[in-house]
Amino acid sequence: MSVTTVRHVRHGSKQKQNLVAYSFILPFVIVFLAMLLVPLVYSAYLSLFRTQLVGGRNFVWFANYGRALTDSLFLTGVGRMALFLVIQVPVMLGLALFFALALDSGHVRGARFARLAIFVPHAVPGVVAALMWGYLYGKNFGPIAQAFTALGLRPPNLLSNGNVIGATMNIVTWEWIGYNMVILYAALRSIPPELYEAARIDGAGQIRIAWSIKIPSIRSALLLTVIFSIIGSFQLFNEPKLLYVLAPNAIGSSFSPNLYAYNLAFTNQDVNYAAAIAFLLGFVIMIVSYVMQLSAERRARRAA
Amino acid sequence: MTATDPRSQVPAIPSSSPSRADQPPTSSRGRKRPGSARSTVLTVTIWTCVAYFLLPLVWLVIASTKNNSDLFSSFGFWVGRSFSLWDNLVTLFTQQDGAFLLWSLNTLVYSLTSAFGAAFLATAAGYGFAIYKFPGGKAIFSGILGSIMIPATALAIPTYLLFAGAGITNTPFAVILPSLVSPFGVFLMRVYAADSIPVSLLEAARIDGAGEYRIFFQVSLRLLGPGIVTVFLFALVSTWNNYFLPLIMLSDPKLFPLTVGLAQLQAASEGGGGAEALFSTVITGSLVSIVPLIIAFLYLQRYWQSGLATGGVKE
Repeated sequence: MSVTTVRHVRHGSKQKQNLVAYSFILPFVIVFLAMLLVPLVYSAYLSLFRTQLVGGRNFVWFANYGRALTDSLFLTGVGRMALFLVIQVPVMLGLALFFALALDSGHVRGARFARLAIFVPHAVPGVVAALMWGYLYGKNFGPIAQAFTALGLRPPNLLSNGNVIGATMNIVTWEWIGYNMVILYAALRSIPPELYEAARIDGAGQIRIAWSIKIPSIRSALLLTVIFSIIGSFQLFNEPKLLYVLAPNAIGSSFSPNLYAYNLAFTNQDVNYAAAIAFLLGFVIMIVSYVMQLSAERRARRAA
Repeated sequence: MTATDPRSQVPAIPSSSPSRADQPPTSSRGRKRPGSARSTVLTVTIWTCVAYFLLPLVWLVIASTKNNSDLFSSFGFWVGRSFSLWDNLVTLFTQQDGAFLLWSLNTLVYSLTSAFGAAFLATAAGYGFAIYKFPGGKAIFSGILGSIMIPATALAIPTYLLFAGAGITNTPFAVILPSLVSPFGVFLMRVYAADSIPVSLLEAARIDGAGEYRIFFQVSLRLLGPGIVTVFLFALVSTWNNYFLPLIMLSDPKLFPLTVGLAQLQAASEGGGGAEALFSTVITGSLVSIVPLIIAFLYLQRYWQSGLATGGVKE
């Protein structure tokens, strides 16, 4: 290989290299556009129409959105997901953080096995988890009801109107604690130990170290788990869909906005309104995630 | 590249190093931690919580050894009068002319195809973003990253309508095509490629006269191995677990994956109507469907740990 060829390759290569780069990302981008952007745009388009038996499809501007904003079924569903956000997400992430800190501290016997055991539920598909917990809650042969009966107590109806949201929260928590714990644990492991060796020598306790050094250091990982949990909880579908069979009245057709959109599209055949609901839901998720990110950034800046 | 020794090959996450995270805490980072530092209170607390995570699965295992009447007559966490696991398995695999086996095969085909496709697309794109600077690269990448926010289920309804127009609903393609897009995979591969492929190596290959594609296939791909496996696993699991998409796309029970099939079985068993035996069938089916996943997760834990670690540490 002579020097001239090398120079030749380098010289004329910037444009050629750009083409090569585009060719690497092109296959993904094509599928991305086709499977993500096109449906998104189509959904936005659909949401601006109304289809009626008489008169066919009409352009109605934002009427579907107006309808959604006054639709108590949709609003209650969003409210229920907001309840998830303020109860289930903090409980789940709080426990995940506690487990991660405990397992990282080295004070737990059998920490490795415990970590795997906490993660294992995440390997269970959401459908199977919902199905299994449905049986565990059940009054027929659920062990919880059996235990109550054995003690001579009346078994509670865990899938009653009032309890079903708690029952759902428990399933989601069971499935996702381990996932969040692993993210946080990995972040904790990446903190250089020098950061808190000094504090330890100064006599700071584990809790003090966790609070003032470890938690602030894994802020970005915490934010990630918060954002993922927001996206996840607003999209709730599998669990209520499966529990519906066991408790049709408690779940209804609109337990979560996603379930509502599904029923609108496939039971009521109202795809236009379903598209508006799905779009609005995406919008809510984006806003909540964005606000969360922004407030975290502001807090980080204030702390710095 | 096998799963036997990924430890030496996970340079992508130098700061989080999942291999180190895997060792017992006493030896990690060479820190000295006297055994007396182990706290009984903390250990008992953690292990009590571990029971919460494992008991439902223990129940599932025990329940799948019972026949339908034992389910109702014996305590959930104790064995029934007869050991019926084998009978349950036979019923499971022979009901509806062997539908369960068909569902398992469907799940396997859908998730393997999607995972191969997703890993290939994400690897090429992530590599492109990491190695080359080109106009629009940053903007396109942020667009891809931002799409993680879009609720996947919000896309499912318009995708269904588009597929219906194209006549591909109720075919395997309807499940596989949307599963090929893994924005998180692109992100992961970009981080991984940037960390694991030394620029000097690329320069040396170029000076030797190797073309960019040859460098990718013969040099870089090998270094990217563990990252590719991670993306592959994530895509595999998410397709394996997907319920919403196949639920709306497929109407022929012969095309159902395990998730949709099991949900249908459960609905049938709750519906009753002389089909009482189905309870034990659904329970056994649930157990059978999660066993391969749990084994795969435990066996390949380093990969998913490195994947999650990259997401968490690198923001």
